[in-house]
Amino acid sequence: MSYPSLLLQLAQNALVLLIAPLLLGWTSQCRAWMQNRSGAGVLQPYRNLNKLFHKDAVLAVNASALFRATPYILLACMWLAAALVPVLATGLPLSPAVDVIALVGIFALARVFISLAAMDIGTAFGSLGARREMLVGFLAEPALLMVLFTASTISGSTSLITIVETLAHKPFVLYPSMVFAAVAFIMVMLAENARIPVDNPATHLELTMIHEAMVLEYSARHLALVEWAGALKLLAYTTICIALFVPWGIAETGNWGALPLAVAALALKLAGAGAGLALLETLSAKMRIFRVPEFMGTAFLLAVLGLLTHFLLETAA
Amino acid sequence: MKLDDFPKIFSRLPGAMPAWHGAVNAEELRSLCEQVMRGGGKLLALWGGDENGEYALHVVLVAAPGLLALTLPVSGKHTTFPDISDLFPAADRMQRTVSDMLGLHPTGGDHRKWLRHAAWPGGEHPLRKSFDIAATFAAGEDGYPFIAVTGNGVHEIPVGPVHAGTIEPGHFRFSIVGERVLRLEERLGYKHKGIEKRFEGMTLEQGARLAGRISGDTTVGYAWAYAQAAESVTGTVPPPRALWLRALFLELERLLNHLGDLGYLGNDVALAFGFAQFWILKEDLLRMNGELFGHRYLMDRIVPGGVAVDVDSAGLARIGETLRHIEQNVAALKDIYDEHAGAQDRFLTTGRVLPELAAQLGLTGLAGRASGQAWDAREQFPCTPYDQLDVQMATHRNGDVAARVTVRFEEIAESIRLVRLILERLPSGEIRCALGDAAESRLGMGWVEGWRGEILVALHAGENNRIRRLHPHDPSWQNWPVLEHAIIGNIVPDFPLINKSFNLSYSGVDL
Repeated sequence: MSYPSLLLQLAQNALVLLIAPLLLGWTSQCRAWMQNRSGAGVLQPYRNLNKLFHKDAVLAVNASALFRATPYILLACMWLAAALVPVLATGLPLSPAVDVIALVGIFALARVFISLAAMDIGTAFGSLGARREMLVGFLAEPALLMVLFTASTISGSTSLITIVETLAHKPFVLYPSMVFAAVAFIMVMLAENARIPVDNPATHLELTMIHEAMVLEYSARHLALVEWAGALKLLAYTTICIALFVPWGIAETGNWGALPLAVAALALKLAGAGAGLALLETLSAKMRIFRVPEFMGTAFLLAVLGLLTHFLLETAA
Repeated sequence: MKLDDFPKIFSRLPGAMPAWHGAVNAEELRSLCEQVMRGGGKLLALWGGDENGEYALHVVLVAAPGLLALTLPVSGKHTTFPDISDLFPAADRMQRTVSDMLGLHPTGGDHRKWLRHAAWPGGEHPLRKSFDIAATFAAGEDGYPFIAVTGNGVHEIPVGPVHAGTIEPGHFRFSIVGERVLRLEERLGYKHKGIEKRFEGMTLEQGARLAGRISGDTTVGYAWAYAQAAESVTGTVPPPRALWLRALFLELERLLNHLGDLGYLGNDVALAFGFAQFWILKEDLLRMNGELFGHRYLMDRIVPGGVAVDVDSAGLARIGETLRHIEQNVAALKDIYDEHAGAQDRFLTTGRVLPELAAQLGLTGLAGRASGQAWDAREQFPCTPYDQLDVQMATHRNGDVAARVTVRFEEIAESIRLVRLILERLPSGEIRCALGDAAESRLGMGWVEGWRGEILVALHAGENNRIRRLHPHDPSWQNWPVLEHAIIGNIVPDFPLINKSFNLSYSGVDL
């Protein structure tokens, strides 16, 4: 491990923390433009966080330590996940830890805590949201794992770094299996990040909420951390998507000259992803909650198809 | 069913709408209600009054000839009146309100309180003349006895009156299994402002302003109904141009609300695109109203004796132009809503009220027409200028959210057609005349098909052109209880959509 790479790791960690709200703001802004609205600007999530950090927190009288600790755990999980994903360069000090199954585990850990915290207060909405979150979660996780397995079988490793290096730096090969996996991943990403058509991040209708229902009782700094964690989760998923499906442009181990290009490529890819997400959300309506299992089932099916395609078509060659 | 079929107790009330009034005793009240119910008529409103210790119950029914207002004196030690909620289920909450506000009690039915929460004790009745309007009471416990559903896995979700969004307050108690709703019970009354008490003693002119503020989204409907009532008690006939302008305002209000609702319905299925587009159109209309008539929602534009504001030919051209723009855009948006699989999946079969149930419970207005209840006062009991416009009411039989969306689209098209006719044929002349003197203790009624349904304003005149008692009736009285049925068997996350498809008034019933 060298100091420059340690420095780069720290820089990448700080970068993901700081740009996560920007991605959220950009997505919202794109949505506004697509709907003929002027929008609040890409910096709105920062303003929200700033506002929330300056408010006094209100806690329910029966809130336990778990309820208070959860926002911090949530932020830590999501920051770790977002920081682990190779966004700028491979071969960083944390790279050996970047296992895709571990990543799914980190997301699951966060889900367990937010669901427990939601039920901690004992309000109807908290448990309602937790129940729905678990419904979505237990269906999304297998689909996500199948997508990651497809990528793993191509590169022969569950290390995200190896996967990215395999896909990015080998001669260009189009894997049909990865097309199936990409569609499945986008479906999982919509569900896991509480986006339309599975959940509506902008709704004020408490009865329809999934993610928002779980965090209704949070205020001020706690809510700020939860929202920041949400932004980090969206960034983590977006960067995993980029790493798996469009990894080109990432800097190789020790290749410092490629960094500026890597930063530019990342910015471009994130902007494209945000606009694409906004387009998807503008075009679709939220589905009934009992359609979600079908939706996630389709994602799982596509991921399995991807895996089968790989074994049937790609390994023979 | 002609007027001759009824007992000869009715006398015609003067005014724009066909209305008759007669005094009845307890037996006659029930037999008349039964006769009207069997003849396919319905209950419109029920309220009570206090004339210095002499109480009376007033019931307004809609039958083929028009409105039949029945007055039942309630006196003696036992201030009771016959329960009619078995004939008209919609009467239930109105009767409970009479109990709370006047201390007159129905002989049967539900005896729980309705409008009274904890702001005044059960023994006090604010609408009695002896009640001191300045009296204050220590806030007590509400302690409302909700009906509990028991069984394996049943639990309750209490929602409101404070919601996550900025909406009107109401409490909804869901009994659910998983996501499926077994029962919904509403608790309203959080917006009780004492409007009926406030009306007492106001002059007819002062009352007009308050009437326009009973339910803000229906300000034109209430103002017109009030004006009709005030004109009825004073025997005033407003100039023709005023009547045509009133219809113009009413149709503009219908357009405003339907556009807003269609946007909200899109928003509730997270189709934010539709929300933004419809609200841009609504805003266009609001700005036009603001520029031409001086108020975006046309508040106080209708006054007793006429209208407060005239429009010139340039203004008429401006309205025509705005309507053309709205018509084109709504047509495009209707195609998008109709073709959007995701939105249609949410709309279709959601919150169904079948025509049989709608008829039984007295579902009225727009929601009623979406469930096969073909009532529209503009078509069936047209006053000037509707008698010259040949209104075509929009009806549907499916009774689901999709039907209520369709009826809104069709009513937008019809309102645009009506406004165009009004612009073409608007007579010239005065827009306002002086209000005559009110005959003391005369009853006057105004009846207007607002965008949500029929609005009734019943005005009992007092001395010196003042109001002795005024009862404004919102169609939401009839439709709130039906909403409790519409949700049964649906899933919890569909409730906001179903609720929005009815879009009922809280303020209008909390009074």
